[in-house]
Amino acid sequence: MDRQVHKKVCNINFSLFSPKQIMDLAAAKVVTPELYDREGYSVDGGLMDIRLGVIDPGLRCKTCGQKLKECPGHFGYIELARPVIHIKFVRQVLDLLKSTCKYCGQVLIPENNISKFTDVFDKVGKEEGFEARRRKIKEVVNKFKTKEKCPHCEKKQEKIKIEKPYTYYESDLRLSPIEVRARLEKVPSEDLKIFGYVEGFRPEWMVLTVLQIPPVTMRPSITLESGERSEDDLTHKLGDIVRINQRLFENINAGAPEVIIEDLWDLLQYHVTTFFDNAVSQLPPARHRGGQVLKTLAARIKSKEGRLRHNLAGKRTDFSARTVISPDPFIDLNQVGVPLSMSMNLTVPERVTEWNKEYLLKFVKNGPKKYPGANYIIKPDGKRKSITEDTQEEILEELEEGYLVERHLLDGDVALFNRQPSLHRMSMMCHKVKVLPGKTFRLNPAVCNPYNADFDGDEMNLHIPQNDEARAEAKILMLVDTQIISPRYGLSVVGCIQDAITGNYLLTKELVLSRAEATDLLYNCGVTDLSPLPKKEKVDGSEVFSVLLPNDFSFIGKDKSGNDVKIVNGKLKSGYMDKSNLGQESGLMLRNIYEKYGPAYTAELLGKISKLGISVLARRGFSIGIGDMDLPLETQDEIRATVKKSEDEALKIIDEFYAGKLDALPGRSVAETLELNVLGALNKARNKSGDIAMKQVQNSAAITMARSGARGNPLNIAQMTAVVGQQALRGKRIESGFKNRTMSYFGNKDLSPKARGFVKNNFKSGLTPAEFFFGAMTGRDALMDTALRTPKSGYLYRRLSNALQDLKVEYDGTVRDASSRIVQFSYGEDGLDVSKTKNGVVDVKSVIQNVIGASK
Amino acid sequence: MTLDGNKHLLIPKHSKLNESDKKKLLEEYKINVFSLPKITSEDPAIVKFNAKVGDVIKIERDSKTAGTTSYYRVVVES
Repeated sequence: MDRQVHKKVCNINFSLFSPKQIMDLAAAKVVTPELYDREGYSVDGGLMDIRLGVIDPGLRCKTCGQKLKECPGHFGYIELARPVIHIKFVRQVLDLLKSTCKYCGQVLIPENNISKFTDVFDKVGKEEGFEARRRKIKEVVNKFKTKEKCPHCEKKQEKIKIEKPYTYYESDLRLSPIEVRARLEKVPSEDLKIFGYVEGFRPEWMVLTVLQIPPVTMRPSITLESGERSEDDLTHKLGDIVRINQRLFENINAGAPEVIIEDLWDLLQYHVTTFFDNAVSQLPPARHRGGQVLKTLAARIKSKEGRLRHNLAGKRTDFSARTVISPDPFIDLNQVGVPLSMSMNLTVPERVTEWNKEYLLKFVKNGPKKYPGANYIIKPDGKRKSITEDTQEEILEELEEGYLVERHLLDGDVALFNRQPSLHRMSMMCHKVKVLPGKTFRLNPAVCNPYNADFDGDEMNLHIPQNDEARAEAKILMLVDTQIISPRYGLSVVGCIQDAITGNYLLTKELVLSRAEATDLLYNCGVTDLSPLPKKEKVDGSEVFSVLLPNDFSFIGKDKSGNDVKIVNGKLKSGYMDKSNLGQESGLMLRNIYEKYGPAYTAELLGKISKLGISVLARRGFSIGIGDMDLPLETQDEIRATVKKSEDEALKIIDEFYAGKLDALPGRSVAETLELNVLGALNKARNKSGDIAMKQVQNSAAITMARSGARGNPLNIAQMTAVVGQQALRGKRIESGFKNRTMSYFGNKDLSPKARGFVKNNFKSGLTPAEFFFGAMTGRDALMDTALRTPKSGYLYRRLSNALQDLKVEYDGTVRDASSRIVQFSYGEDGLDVSKTKNGVVDVKSVIQNVIGASK
Repeated sequence: MTLDGNKHLLIPKHSKLNESDKKKLLEEYKINVFSLPKITSEDPAIVKFNAKVGDVIKIERDSKTAGTTSYYRVVVES
């Protein structure tokens, strides 16, 4: 191993290379724009000079003697015929020109004030950043400049202006880069400290006299199929620079007229500028012959496709896969279904030993095209060999202990499964692979909740850990089983959904099965020990359900409608299983099972319960239709009467308002009071009729789902069967969209319920056009609201989680940040680990009961 | 007339730790004062203590989950 150097970086300085440094660093001076001679070899002193590094296989670098891939490349330089401004430092140069004396070069701050202001600048810079410091300097200099005289040499100062992008003017006279450079040279080094420049830095370096040429290794040419060479954009740009530079040299030496030299100089400035940044706002970008914009230095680093965001922040990984997900309730909770075609590309390396040689040889024999096979072997020296029809024989011969075989993915392999946005630790969990036909990932619908996944086209990612350490870590720390209890609220994040809830609800509530049906059901969901099933011809649904429960499990809780659920010694005695005990994020039953029997058992049991529910429903049949919305005649009359009563009440209030008899509520105007009272009356209509509808309708599928909590709620039922109710925009009844009315159909200043968005029909009976339009208004408002809120709250959460990401609870119970500064003295003020509580509460009673045994 | 914020029901009780208590606290968490959360010496809740930089202020807050909790802050220059 390499010797380790234990040193700490205490600071980093950013500065510029001086012309001397550039020349000292350079391996070659570039003097000619030609790249290759007639034989195709690179020209000495050209841009592809082999002293600048090698990009052709077989050649050796003239500077370091190394081959392709070994030689890192070497810088060169061009001597510019005339200096040019570095585009990235135009602002700094302007600041310096403006705030130093034209003649003596000193800062335009009186001697006795300099140290005082340096301190001020340093403080501002430290507290508010570099930009604030710049502003402050400008402010101070401006204060002293009003005198228009240098405080040191007492000479008059001219006004410096800039014409973007890079031309300086001094009271309408153009300053050439030579003059600019001469000015900057005059600035004494001590004065530079005020501006915050590092010691040893000279401002005249911001005006280039020599240009550093990047090594060829960072701008390699590509050989096209036709044998032609295509040069990198940077090489093109550098070629332009060298060409113009040569012409400028020649013209100066030949004593050409000043106009021509000026023109060439400007052109040189343009080329050097676009070499650094081809997106300077006032300049036309340099283009290829075809009109395509050249990608120069700044474009390589900046923006989404730049080095930083694309290559450094955005890493890509091997042994990963992504595809659409679909549900499969008959795989285990902690399994993931992987398409066969994927499992033949994703591999797991396995080392050949004395004991598994036979087993691994089988994969090699199958090769890469037959499942389960292997794609590669890796020799002990690290050489990788692909298994093909040609190499197969040879590899079978040579394979021995110590070799690695990269075999196809098998059932039971460890994988990490993830869905973006990964806001959670449960957004990336470990699953065990189950290779399945088809082209999608399959996952148990019960684990949709932690991933926040649905199957409307969602895609998810899969990663295959490649060594034992990673696999162990994934399995122990990240397996779905271990993530069942949420660290946010201490209840199960996974649970039965939809059909699984409805199925179990019906089973425990009303089904009576024959013994044959019961055994079939149980066997279908993976139960092999049927001994707990009572020995009767007809078995109750709750008895079937109880077979799944462990014998020593007792539990007392509530179901969704508030009735007691009692489980004694693994038998469901009373109550129905519904959302509040089986569902995700609710109920203590799953939590208690987890506490008593551990992660693996809970995951298995939950899988079984879920399968049981689905099987029940599949056998019994379950469907909703328009008939589910029918109400008995007398109920319909009752609802109609209730609505009518409320409507009349509202109209009465309106009449009172017009008669001036309505008293204002405290802090409200009379009109506001009217609105509030009317809204209250109308909402009462919906709630009441909703209650009537829920009570009356017996056993329709829609009601069953709403009751069990599988899907839908009483409000949905009420809107379908009884009355849709008042439509509200921003918490108010719909207000005028026209002058004093909501629609042209209604009269002027009509405040009656029907003219202000009250829908007295239900979805089954159908809405009037006006009612439908009111519904569309609120519908659109709700849609807009979600579309605007989602990204906002996402960004809010991102900022929060970024700010808190490295907080950690230490062993002493304090919460500390990365530099172990205390944030909280006790986690959450109470020091509780929420995932060890039940819904945030420590259930002391049950702890005591568990220890001393339940009191009768 | 000035308003005394310390009488407001939302302002928790602030007090200054004496040297030995401060030492005990730092000992307990094995930290130096710079690892504590900060409060400026001009904070209206603590001006009355005339606290110096480096002093530790104890804040007793009502907590929804834990009844009352103590929090400590080190006085820093404003």
